[in-house]
Amino acid sequence: MSPIIEALNLSFRYAGEERWAIKSINLKIYPGELVLITGPSGCGKTTLCRCFNGLIPHFYEGELEGILIVDGLSIVENKTCKLAQRVGMVFQNLENQLIMLSVEDEIAFGLENLNLPRDTIKERINEVLSILGIEHLRYKSPYELSGGEQQKVAIAACLAMKPKILVLDEPTAHLDPLSSKVLFDILSSIRKRLNLTIILVEHRLDMVASIVDKVIVMDKGQIILQGGPREVFTTPIIKAIGIGIPKLILLYEDLLLNNLKLDFPPLNINEAELLLRKLLSR
Amino acid sequence: MVSKLIYPAITFEDVWFSYSDLEPVLKGVNLCINDGEVVAILGENGAGKTTFIKHLNGLLKPTQGNVYIYGENTRSISVAKLSRKVGVVFQNPDHQLFAETVEDEVSFALRNFNYPEHIISLRVEKILKMLDLWEYRKTSPFSLSGGERKRVAIASVLSYDPPIVVMDEPTVGQDYAQKQKLSEIIRLLQIQGKTIIVVTHDIEFVCENFPKTIILSRGNIIAYDFTRNILTNFELLLKANLLPPQIPYLASRFNSIVSKNVLYVWEMRNELLRVMRK
Repeated sequence: MSPIIEALNLSFRYAGEERWAIKSINLKIYPGELVLITGPSGCGKTTLCRCFNGLIPHFYEGELEGILIVDGLSIVENKTCKLAQRVGMVFQNLENQLIMLSVEDEIAFGLENLNLPRDTIKERINEVLSILGIEHLRYKSPYELSGGEQQKVAIAACLAMKPKILVLDEPTAHLDPLSSKVLFDILSSIRKRLNLTIILVEHRLDMVASIVDKVIVMDKGQIILQGGPREVFTTPIIKAIGIGIPKLILLYEDLLLNNLKLDFPPLNINEAELLLRKLLSR
Repeated sequence: MVSKLIYPAITFEDVWFSYSDLEPVLKGVNLCINDGEVVAILGENGAGKTTFIKHLNGLLKPTQGNVYIYGENTRSISVAKLSRKVGVVFQNPDHQLFAETVEDEVSFALRNFNYPEHIISLRVEKILKMLDLWEYRKTSPFSLSGGERKRVAIASVLSYDPPIVVMDEPTVGQDYAQKQKLSEIIRLLQIQGKTIIVVTHDIEFVCENFPKTIILSRGNIIAYDFTRNILTNFELLLKANLLPPQIPYLASRFNSIVSKNVLYVWEMRNELLRVMRK
């Protein structure tokens, strides 16, 4: 299988800045993968996300080096409007994203811009409302919704465009833990149903550890680590970068120091329970 | 050892509040927080947390009932006067930042309170260094990142040293290292004897930093207790639509052999070692 996103020595600096916001990024993301990007503030996560749909270099000006191919298209040679049909973006701050007077209009907005026939638009709206379980919000104004509901509407509006790739930049920053969990559950189910590739930028690693296939850790504009979550979270240098390692991984490591070895680092409560029962029965 | 006199800093007496004719947001809140307490407020979106803290500096007055700050009714003092006692850092820093440079922003309150210039510059330097903002002192707050702007808002409140410090969602947009920094600051304020109230969704952050926790649910306080008691009471958390932290949740799966009130990684490890030694 060939990658759906491939970066080769990708670097970018914003106009007027001396520092490279991202530097020599090399990565391959395969269709259907759920990839977590994390790292300290200012590490370049958001800049990298802006490249995926061509906001960089077409909207944000600056100097771009290297190559980024998204679904077969080079971001340099293709405009954002073309890339945006393949890459849906959900941002942290929903006030900047939701603009219409009703949820239905909000979802229809992008579709009308694509000049789709009315029936197709109706059909797609029904489909995404049902995928996200928000049929009851159809005629409400986005402004009277809770943060969790707004976030679902933003995702619905993206999915209606039938993108192959969905990029979410800290989607749970303003959500309470339960709404966040609901959102992550939805992401992990729709990716299988729609065969979506999902790129998720998050700080709360404990909540996403068990749903992601791959973790990319960035620091100072560069990729420091990439690999499966179990491998990345237990790499010693991750402590030096300072990201919030899930408590279950910390327990795994603490037990290891006490000569108690679990079979593998647990990523969720069920795994941890299973491994501990096995340890206790030894 | 000198024992500290215990007296209330914040008292809520049957406080009701509604924004218009809509359903009330606060429904008969009774509460007493003593001077020097460090308290987290948890609750789902829409539980009334932000409305609650707006009553602390008099921005909102109860529709019914009374709020007292150090014994004074918030109805009878101006917001300006109250804000000397209660410093509030709001959720969205953009609603509170306005000055042209970080330095001006942080010295604004001090100037308003007529502090002499040399004291102002000392205070501002201390606070900016404490919050890792010194290098930005001549920068416009609006050119900073969300997390940095949040820290400027915190600095602008800490600079004038109010005895009660209230923060609404201070961890949003902050990475792990900055959260650690925030923990240090809270501990420092605690040592100085300040009363600290922090609204947050970050349950692991609460676990590590707050001796006491309040749970707000649908406009009412359904619990005010030691954090350990609250975060290991799943029935209560469920009632407020909250999720337990990972370690207590894991411990609960072993409730027949592991102690019921495990909160930290090292406690869980010790419990396991104890069980295995038997």
